[in-house]
Amino acid sequence: MKDVRIWDGPSAATDEAQTASNPTRRSFLRIGAAAVGGMAALAAALSPLRELDPEDLPDVEEFLQKHYKEMTAVEMEAALARIRANVADRFGVEPTIRDPKPLDGVEFVYALNLSRCIGCRKCVHACVAENNQSRSPEIQYIRVIEMPRGTLDVEKGDHHYDRPQVPDTAHFYMPVQCHQCANPPCVKVCPVEATWQEPDGITVIDYDWCIGCRYCEAACPYWARRFNFAQPSLPADELNPDMSYLSNRPRERGVMEKCHFCLHRTREGRMPACLEACPTGARKFGNVLDSKSEVSEILKTKRVFVLKEEVGTLPRFFYYFDERYPNTIDPEALVIAEQLREEEGDAFGAMDVGAAGRLVIARASGMSTEETCA
Amino acid sequence: MKMYLKFLSRCFRLSFVGDARYYAWMFGLTIVVLVGINAYCKQFVQGLATTGMTDQVSWGFYIANFTFLVGMAAAAVMLVIPVYIYRNRELHDLVIFGELFAIAAIVMAMLFVTVDLGRPDRGMHLLMRFNFPSSMLTWDVLVLNGYLFLNLHICGYLIYCAYRKQRPSALFYVPFVFIAIAWAISIHTVTAFLYSGLGGRPFWNSAIIAPRFLASAFAAGPAFLILTLSVLKACTSYQVPEKALMTLRSIVTIALAISMFLLISEAFTEFYTQSAHGASAHYLYLGLHGRTALVPWIWSAIALNTVALAILFTGWSRKPVVLHTACIMLIVGIWIEKGMGLIVPAFVPTPLGEIVEYVPTLNELFVTLGIWAFGLLVYTILVRVTVPVLAGRLTHDQRFRQTLEAEYAA
Ligand code: SF4
Ligand code: SF4
Repeated sequence: MKDVRIWDGPSAATDEAQTASNPTRRSFLRIGAAAVGGMAALAAALSPLRELDPEDLPDVEEFLQKHYKEMTAVEMEAALARIRANVADRFGVEPTIRDPKPLDGVEFVYALNLSRCIGCRKCVHACVAENNQSRSPEIQYIRVIEMPRGTLDVEKGDHHYDRPQVPDTAHFYMPVQCHQCANPPCVKVCPVEATWQEPDGITVIDYDWCIGCRYCEAACPYWARRFNFAQPSLPADELNPDMSYLSNRPRERGVMEKCHFCLHRTREGRMPACLEACPTGARKFGNVLDSKSEVSEILKTKRVFVLKEEVGTLPRFFYYFDERYPNTIDPEALVIAEQLREEEGDAFGAMDVGAAGRLVIARASGMSTEETCA
Repeated sequence: MKMYLKFLSRCFRLSFVGDARYYAWMFGLTIVVLVGINAYCKQFVQGLATTGMTDQVSWGFYIANFTFLVGMAAAAVMLVIPVYIYRNRELHDLVIFGELFAIAAIVMAMLFVTVDLGRPDRGMHLLMRFNFPSSMLTWDVLVLNGYLFLNLHICGYLIYCAYRKQRPSALFYVPFVFIAIAWAISIHTVTAFLYSGLGGRPFWNSAIIAPRFLASAFAAGPAFLILTLSVLKACTSYQVPEKALMTLRSIVTIALAISMFLLISEAFTEFYTQSAHGASAHYLYLGLHGRTALVPWIWSAIALNTVALAILFTGWSRKPVVLHTACIMLIVGIWIEKGMGLIVPAFVPTPLGEIVEYVPTLNELFVTLGIWAFGLLVYTILVRVTVPVLAGRLTHDQRFRQTLEAEYAA
């Protein structure tokens, strides 16, 4: 029991007070050395913090900023000004950032004609360009799944199909993105209310409030959420300066993001970027409360269905097959695909990559991207 | 008050006193803690990209360890129940060691959640907009903190009374003991609900998750206590009654048997029905489309638990060496099963059917080890200080020198 001692042992000390206030020289030196050694070791352990880019840290205003719903109009203006300045600073572009509110009497829904989707992934990339996602690792909100005909079981689908030519007529193609559920489990589980459903049906995220626990990502039955595991990288010349607080302003490391039906466009009367990019017109978007809108018409006249109805999320994203072509791709869409191949050549086939998934996987497992795809 | 501060300062000083083995142990732990801090700093700078987690498998090793530790924290209760409900006096002092472990386990569990956050700097958002009662995570924050304070209070009070040589007044701790019993069950239940409430993850969306949690925790926790008590017995003058170890042994045996039974029930339901919902279970036990990362793990866990259970059922396990081996086996077995075996497969395949496997990175392992080392450090210090207090070698009317003398003699 007596091998090592910090206090010099009972014989050297005559009383407690003395031991405490007047330790012998030896023990004093020993404690000193231990303390110095300990501090040095701690400093060494903390050394990676030196590489912290001060720009990555929240500034005081961001740190003190209130939750979106608690901000007054004036405070929101200040927050927007701060973001504007940050973006100008980082990207050298002055963005037009604003906070468009949901419109009265509007509830957005999406409808997707699976008979027309040719699996070209143009929507995927238009979305990335529109919404200022990180390019490396690339974050994509839309996943297009190549499905064998005769099933809706996504487990039978292929996420990483990589064909020189799409579509492959033995398959149909099913794009999936946030379904803006009317009963969203992601909102229910968020511990800090960083994500919520807006009156027009869009579930949004306050990127300045999210603590990055990823509970919502675990809760979403449609795998619609994406997390910024790394600091997002976005080249300045690819920045889309048309942005809003709740949608496509640049995000930071450690927060969640997802599709928001391009609310900076749709709340101002425009169509989502994915819809505009779709060459075959498979995508339809609009206000379901307006009985004359195209989506209302589709919901009334087509046999629409939702994914995973049994989980009770009540999606606002509907799929349907054209009754005329239950087992083939709409010939009109095939013609468009043919034209695109002629116009774009190899570039058309190259639109394939589900890069986000692969990059992240490759990083995680230390494999090359090729291996991961295999 | 002054007296209490003096008590704390004496405890603090006492934690630096020990023999060579003690120093070597503490030194080793400190090194691992520092390695963990270093790894966490890297993670803090570069983001969670330093871990093996992805959008596909968005929770991994950290949450797995968190889950396991919440279970371990209930160990205390398994000792408290015989003492206070069945008035088994022999275990009385031992309860404190169980509760001290609960403290260390909760501290570790909370650290694991914290290192899992993408934005720990926004932790105070929890205080400002607390999504209660809708989010199970907020429930967890409440029950874990509550359990921590309950145990701090009970242990702190009993130890301080021993230090002051007073008889603890029942009013000040017995009601809390009973609250703590119920509370311990709540921390598991809430943590299990965290997972089982998610309709989009069929692997978790099962009513059996909470009972399985309880059963496995009630095996692993007391098993860990058996090991602690045996270390105490070997390294200090502290007398651990044989009967206490045997009581714990029977608790472990029964809990492990129930836990295995629940595991079998669950596996049966998943495999016999062969519904599409069984994909995750299939991945866990047999692999899916040639992806088999978890298969060796879960089968080792099952093997470890089965052998441990077989040993525990025989009289052979009265022998300390055998008992300890069985305890270590089942702790490792349950750690795999509750950790990796419960968290990761729920993400494979993803809700959209993609199969991405998860392997923790080295950095992630370092952070994990660091937290474990920190927890053990905390626990060692708590036990280190408590033993002389309970043995009457550290009391308020003694001079600290006497305590030290007694410590060196012991
Ligand atoms: S699809 Fe997922 S992220 Fe979108 S609202 Fe539904 S649960 Fe939330
Ligand atoms: S990751 Fe962000 S948005 Fe998602 S639950 Fe956690 S705090 Fe809420």
